[in-house]
Amino acid sequence: MITLSHFIVLGAVLFCIAVAGLFINRKNVIVLLMAIELMLLAVNINFVAFSRFNHDVAGQVFVFFILTVAAAESAIGLAILVLLFRNRSTVNVAEIDSMKG
Amino acid sequence: MINLQVFQLVCFYAFAAVTVAAALGVITLRNSVHAVLSLVLAFFSTACIWMMAEAEFLAIALIVVYVGAVMVLFLFVVMMLDIDQEKIREGFVKFLPVGLIVAVVMLLEMLALIGVRVMHAQTMGVNPATAAHQSNTAWLGTALYTHYLLPFEIAALILTVGVVVAVALTLRKRTGVKHQSASQQVRVNPRDRVRVVKMQAVRPVEPQADEAQAEESKS
Repeated sequence: MITLSHFIVLGAVLFCIAVAGLFINRKNVIVLLMAIELMLLAVNINFVAFSRFNHDVAGQVFVFFILTVAAAESAIGLAILVLLFRNRSTVNVAEIDSMKG
Repeated sequence: MINLQVFQLVCFYAFAAVTVAAALGVITLRNSVHAVLSLVLAFFSTACIWMMAEAEFLAIALIVVYVGAVMVLFLFVVMMLDIDQEKIREGFVKFLPVGLIVAVVMLLEMLALIGVRVMHAQTMGVNPATAAHQSNTAWLGTALYTHYLLPFEIAALILTVGVVVAVALTLRKRTGVKHQSASQQVRVNPRDRVRVVKMQAVRPVEPQADEAQAEESKS
C-alpha cells in the first residue's frame, strides 16, 4: 500500500541530492541550473502527493504554475549563460567574480 | 493472480530508485551532455510516479514541457558551448565533504519531520476526480479556469516576458557587417532618394562672361 510518506521521502531525497549537487559542482553553471531544476521537481512531487492524498485540486494547480515559472526561469538562465560564455568564454563560477560579491 | 497493492508498491520503489539514481547521475557525471540525459531520465521516471498518483495531466505536461522543451534547450546550450571538461571538475573532491554533510543533515532533519507527523497511515483513498465523475484533466481544468483564472493569465504573461527577455539578451549587433534593414527600406520616401533637376537645353553663356570679367580683373 503506497502511503503519503513514500512520496514525501522521495521528494526529500531528491531535494537533498540537488543541494549536494549545488555544493560539489561549483565549477559549472550548467549543472547548477540542472540542480535547481531537480529541486523544483522534488517540490512538485510533494505538491502532487499532497493534492492526491488530501483530495485538494490546489496542489496540482500550483504544480502547473511552478512548471510555467521554471520553464521561463531556465530559458532566461540559459540566455544569461550564453551571454556569459560569449563575453568571458567560461562557465566557471569561480572565475565570474567581476561583481566582487 | 498478483496482488495489486504489492504490485503498486513494487512499481513505486522501482520508479523511485530510477529517479534517485538518475538524480545522482546529474550531479556526479563528468560529461555535461550525459548529465542532461540523466536529468531527462529523472524527469521521465518522476512522470511515471505522478501517473501512479493519478495526476495524469501533470505527468504528460512534465514530459511535454520538460523533456520535450526545456531539456532539449539545455542540450542545445551544452552542445553549443565548448567547455573544457577536465578543468571544470577540479573542485569536485574539495567541496564533496561539505556538500555531503549538508545534504545528509538536511535529509535526516526532513525524515525526522516526516516521521514525527505520522503520515504512514494516510493512504490514497478514492481519486477525487473520479469521485466527481471527471477525468483528471477536466478536474484540473475546471479549477484552473474558474478559481485560478487570473494566476493562469499571469503565468502566460510570465512565459511571454521570458521569451522576450531570452531573445533580447542574446541578440547582438555585429559591427563591420553590411545589413539590409527591411523597415528602413519600406519607410523610404522617393523624394529623399531622387532629386529632379530642371536644366536648360542650351548651355547658358554666363560662365564665359564671368571668365572675361576674371581676366579683366587680373590684367
